[in-house]
Amino acid sequence: MGNRKPLPVNLTDEQIDEFGREMDSIYYETLESRGDRDRLYILRLIRTQRSLALGGRLVIYASLFLLPAWPHAMAGWGTTLIVMGLGVLMLGIAKILENMEIAHNVLHAQWDWMKDPEIQSNTWEWDTMSPSDRWMHSHNVVHHTWTNVVGKDLDVGYGIMRVTPMQPWKPHYLLQPVYFLLLMLFFEEGVALHEQALIDVLERKKKVRETLPLWKKIGRKVWGQVRKDYIMWPGLAALVAVPISFFVPESPLTVFLLVAAANFVANLIRNVWAFIIIFCGHFPDDVYNFTPEQVEGESRGQWYVRQLLGSANITGGPLFHVMSGNLSHQIEHHLFPDLCSNRYPEVAPRVRALAARYGLPYNTAPLWRQFGTTWLNNLRLAFPGGKLPPEPATG
Amino acid sequence: MGLQEPDPKAGGGWLAKLSSITDMFAYPLRTSHYVELVNPLWTTHRMQARVMDVWDETKDARTITLKPGANWRLHRPGQHIRVGIPVEGRHYTRTYTISSPPERDDGCFTITVKAIAGGRLSHHIVRKLKVGDYIPVGLPQGDFYLPDASPIQPLFITAGSGITPAMSMLRSLILQERLPETVHIHYAPHEFDTIFGRELRQMDAEQPLYKLHEIHTHRNETGGAERFTREGLERLCPDWRERDCYACGPPALLAAIEEIWEEAGLSHRLHIERFRAELAPIPKDAVGGTVRFANADLAVDADGETNLLRVAEDAGLNPPHGCRMGICHTCNTTLKSGCVRDLRSGDFINEPGATVQTCVCAAAGDCELAL
Repeated sequence: MGNRKPLPVNLTDEQIDEFGREMDSIYYETLESRGDRDRLYILRLIRTQRSLALGGRLVIYASLFLLPAWPHAMAGWGTTLIVMGLGVLMLGIAKILENMEIAHNVLHAQWDWMKDPEIQSNTWEWDTMSPSDRWMHSHNVVHHTWTNVVGKDLDVGYGIMRVTPMQPWKPHYLLQPVYFLLLMLFFEEGVALHEQALIDVLERKKKVRETLPLWKKIGRKVWGQVRKDYIMWPGLAALVAVPISFFVPESPLTVFLLVAAANFVANLIRNVWAFIIIFCGHFPDDVYNFTPEQVEGESRGQWYVRQLLGSANITGGPLFHVMSGNLSHQIEHHLFPDLCSNRYPEVAPRVRALAARYGLPYNTAPLWRQFGTTWLNNLRLAFPGGKLPPEPATG
Repeated sequence: MGLQEPDPKAGGGWLAKLSSITDMFAYPLRTSHYVELVNPLWTTHRMQARVMDVWDETKDARTITLKPGANWRLHRPGQHIRVGIPVEGRHYTRTYTISSPPERDDGCFTITVKAIAGGRLSHHIVRKLKVGDYIPVGLPQGDFYLPDASPIQPLFITAGSGITPAMSMLRSLILQERLPETVHIHYAPHEFDTIFGRELRQMDAEQPLYKLHEIHTHRNETGGAERFTREGLERLCPDWRERDCYACGPPALLAAIEEIWEEAGLSHRLHIERFRAELAPIPKDAVGGTVRFANADLAVDADGETNLLRVAEDAGLNPPHGCRMGICHTCNTTLKSGCVRDLRSGDFINEPGATVQTCVCAAAGDCELAL
């Protein structure tokens, strides 16, 4: 290994520096070429997303006019559920687009260059329970700086799971297949609770009282979300159903519960999808993790190498990339976190070719492989042991 | 950036109460964000205007007719607005004077913009803006307007696109049928590229109280170019001392006018509207220093002439700003410590807690701002 940094690659310092310079030039070249077409992309996307969200909620309302209690020919549970399902799907997709391709990237300051006062990382609030600024700290600062460094990056297992053999095994990891499923279903809540402060309290490093202002802030955001999806929208439907119930035998309570359930399912769709895509980013087979000693005093080039080795892409078509918030280009996202996401597809082939020239692995595969190995690893690592990704041949 | 946002919570009464409830349906956005999908002019979270018409006044000056959205406030003739313009994806703000009178009954107003050679933003407005486009606008601002009641005898001295505020005033006075005895000296390169030339001449012919002196600065009949001089002023408007003068045009013209009025001890009767801030000469020994942006927890080196807004932007910050010429105060921030120079007057500001207009101030030694 000589005196170079013990990264799991067989490159000299000079080679790594040159690799970094080439990566820099891809980055700056692409930054330079941003312009009106990127602005139109994000504006149209936001417009589409908001239309879908509003449209979805209105379709859910429309489905209530098909309930079996109505005397017309179309009425029946079948038609109700089909139309409601369509509305739920629209709302779910809107939430996915908002969280992943819009908010996640806006909060990464990818669109700050436009100086559009409406689309700024410091003022954007997203449609999820975690307050934007809290998430920006745990994600942009902690995760993107310390990517895959065991003990530093809170996203390595999110404090509850063992995702690499480098994490020492503890008995409670035996339950991690259960955590895996629970986190999948309640991803939104999980992200809101994803705080160093929570771990500090559990480990008795901090008192609950010290962290109270933080929980109040998160609580306010959670309340806003809950109020919207489970009080206001169902409530309005129920309110309208009260006078109608004199003519149509349908209780306002049923209406309330149906709308609340529809919103719950939409949130569930977003949770499951976001969880699947995000878990494919750093936990499939052949993703590297690092120790704090390995990254001490690392150069720009070494940082690039770590981001490349620590992330995994998912292959797919343009629509899939948009729906995954371009986290299917996790490698590019980690190399250039503040480059606007619609440019990842065009830099991806350049990054891949650059990696190939330096003999570095570029982890990309279809969704079934990436998520499949993520799940299998989760099961395997619940038990002690596990295998590390291959070291490159030294020579 | 920093266009004045109409605040739906201020006033509004029942509408504000209603929207605070409907906003719960839109959380974390506001109802207005969804209303925007239907009609951008109905939004309350920001104000936009729709381009209704474009009309070329000269080969490089265009009048844009805009229909403003909800919460618009009628302007006083002579006031200006800030306009947000996206050029190559980036959002810029510029200030333009409203050229139409507030008496228009279609709810629209106009701005008249001359494409400056090499000016990307003015070029974008004049050439790229299409009917049907929506652009962000701010509320009318500025104190360059005629007093409401007192009967004054105005003297307008304007040059080039400096005609716009005077035009709004003249049109308004004529529509209100209370045009006082007015003298107007207007400078333009030629007869054919005088902005509003035909309308001015028509006013001159139809309004007995309005006297127009058009001066063409590019090779007039006698062969020489005519500039503003004291002699010219005495000849065209011998009673200028008895009049209230409203002047708008390039800095050199305004400086000459200021000098004459100051000599006559009549500065209080002179009202001036500038297109850009006039900066004081920077002394050779001006030094910059380290600028600390306290909220961003960032420190950068700056020289003694670059404005602090620019310094902040170059450091990657995106502070609020508007006119970039020291008139709108959107970029105001507080001086926490150190010393800055006001580039217009050359004065130093060194009192902690003082307000700093970052767009027209530069570092004078180390300083710390609450940005």
